[in-house]
Amino acid sequence: MPQRIDGSGETLRFTFEGREIAARAGDTIAAALIAAGETTTRASVVSGAPRGPFCMMGVCFECLVEVDGVPNRQACMIEAAAGMTVNRQKADEVAA
Amino acid sequence: MKSYDVVVIGAGPAGMAAAVETSRAGLSTLVLDEQQRPGGQIYRDIEASDATRRGILGQDYQSGADLAAALRGSTAEYLPGAVVWNIDSAKQIDFSVRGGSQSVKAAHIVVATGAIERPTPMPGWTLPGVTTVGAVQILLKTSGVVLEDLVMVGSGPLLWLAATQMIAAGTPPKAIVETVPKARYRAAAKHLARAIPGWRYLAKGFAMIRAVKRAGVPVHRDAEEIAIDGVVAAEAVSFTSDGRRHRIETAHVALHQGVVPNQQITRLMNCEHRFDAGQRAFLPVVDASFETSVENVFVAGDGAGIGGARAAAMRGRLVAMRIAEKAGKPATDGREKLEAALRRDAAVRPLLEALYAPSEDVLSPADGTLVCRCEEITAGQIREAVALGAPGPNQVKSFLRAGMGPCQGRMCGLAVSEIIAAAKGEEPSSVDYYRIRPPLKPLLLSELAAFEPGEAPRAAAE
Repeated sequence: MPQRIDGSGETLRFTFEGREIAARAGDTIAAALIAAGETTTRASVVSGAPRGPFCMMGVCFECLVEVDGVPNRQACMIEAAAGMTVNRQKADEVAA
Repeated sequence: MKSYDVVVIGAGPAGMAAAVETSRAGLSTLVLDEQQRPGGQIYRDIEASDATRRGILGQDYQSGADLAAALRGSTAEYLPGAVVWNIDSAKQIDFSVRGGSQSVKAAHIVVATGAIERPTPMPGWTLPGVTTVGAVQILLKTSGVVLEDLVMVGSGPLLWLAATQMIAAGTPPKAIVETVPKARYRAAAKHLARAIPGWRYLAKGFAMIRAVKRAGVPVHRDAEEIAIDGVVAAEAVSFTSDGRRHRIETAHVALHQGVVPNQQITRLMNCEHRFDAGQRAFLPVVDASFETSVENVFVAGDGAGIGGARAAAMRGRLVAMRIAEKAGKPATDGREKLEAALRRDAAVRPLLEALYAPSEDVLSPADGTLVCRCEEITAGQIREAVALGAPGPNQVKSFLRAGMGPCQGRMCGLAVSEIIAAAKGEEPSSVDYYRIRPPLKPLLLSELAAFEPGEAPRAAAE
C-alpha cells in the first residue's frame, strides 16, 4: 500500500468517482489518487483496457481524467483543489 | 506582442542556470515552465521539501535549492504553469497558461526541456500500477508518497538512486530485477580507466549498490523475458534469471531503461538530429556552445545528450555566456574553466552508457507486445507494416496510427524507430523519427479561443 512518509497532513478533499479523496496542498490529482490507492484513471480509447498514471511528468497521457466535467485533463499536471469533481476518463466519452 | 532577448523553456537545472546568467548579463529573459514550481524533474519541488525529505533524497537533490533561489532572485521573469504548444520559424512562441493562450517573441531560445524515460515496451507495461522509476521519485519528491511493495525492473543509475531513496524513506523495494547481461560488465570495464576523473560518480554508484545490499533487498541479475502479469491491474512480475523462471507478486512495478533527450521542441523547429550509438537515442546536432542547426536556438541540459543534473547547470551557463556574447555583451571569464569541468564531469558517461545500454528485450519486443500505448499498436504490426513497404516511422504512423494518440509519440517514438530499423537491417539513424507538429501538447479549444497575443505575461511573484 502507498503511504506518506511524513504523516498525513492532508487538508483538502475532492471526489474521484464519487469517493472522497484526501490531498495535501501541492499534490497533483494523480499523486493524491495514488496515495489513496487509486491507480486506474482512464480506459483506453481503443480496447477499453484500464490505464493509470505512468510517468507522472506530463509526457505519457495515461492519467487523463475528467475534472469538473472537462475531459482529457492530465491528472499529473493539475494540482488537486478542494471540492473538485474528478472522474475516470471513459473510452466512449472521448471525442477523438 | 512582448519580445524578449532570451526565452528559456523549462526550469530544471539547465533552464534555471541559463536564465540566471542571461538576466545577469542584462538580457531580458523569460522562463516558461510547465510545472508550478522551479526545479524540473530532478529538483522537483525543491523549494517545498523540508529537512526530512531532503535527507531522504540526498545531497545532490539539495544542491538544486541554490539554483532555484538564484532564479527567484534574478531579474528573469518566471512563468510557471506555462505549456508551450507552438514555436514558429520567426521564434514566436505560443503557450497556454491559466486557461488561455499567449504569444511572445524571442531573439534567442534556450530549449531546456531535459530528458524523458526511454520507452520500455514489455508484456503488461500498460497495466495500472506500473509506472516509470522517475514517477516513483516524483511521488516521493512532491508528496512524500512511497509504495511498500515496489518491484523495480530495468537498469541504470536512476534505478539504484531511487532504490536507495526508498530505503532511506523506510520502505525498501520488495525486489530489484536488473536487466544488465553478465557480459556487459566486461564490455563496460574497458571504459573504467577513462572514467577515473568521474570517481565521485563511481563512488556514489558503488555506495548505492552497497546500500541496497545492506538493506537486504533481493537483486535478481541478468533478468530476461520480463512480463508484468495482471488483468485489470499489475499483480506480479515474471522473469527468467539464473536459468529459472521467477514470479514476484506485487501491485506496484517501476520500469527504467535510462533517460533520453526530449526531442519534441527541437524536432518541431526542424533542428538537425543525429542518432547517437552510445546513448542509443536521437540528439539534436549542436556546436560547442550548444547552438542547434537553427540559428539562435540552443539546447541546454540533457536535451542535447544525457549528462546529468550537474552538467545540465554547467551547460546552461555556457549557453548563456554564448548568447550574451552574440548579443554584444562584454565577455565573462570562466568559460574555459567551465568547459574543462564539463569534460571532467562527462568522463564517467562512456562507462555508464556501455553498462546500462537498454536491454535487448525492450529494443526488440516480441510481436505481441504493445509498443504504442495510446493507439495499442504491437511490435508485430509495426514489423508487418515494414514488410508491406513502410520505409520509416512516418509511414508506419499513417498505416497504423502509431504515435498519433495524445502522447504524440513521446512514449513509443524511439522504440518504433528501433523496431523499423531492425526489421530493415538498418540503423535508427537512417529510418529517423516521427515528424513533430504543433500543437506540441493537446490543448482545450477554450485555451485557443482565449488567445491574448498582445498580453504580456505577468512577472512571477512568490
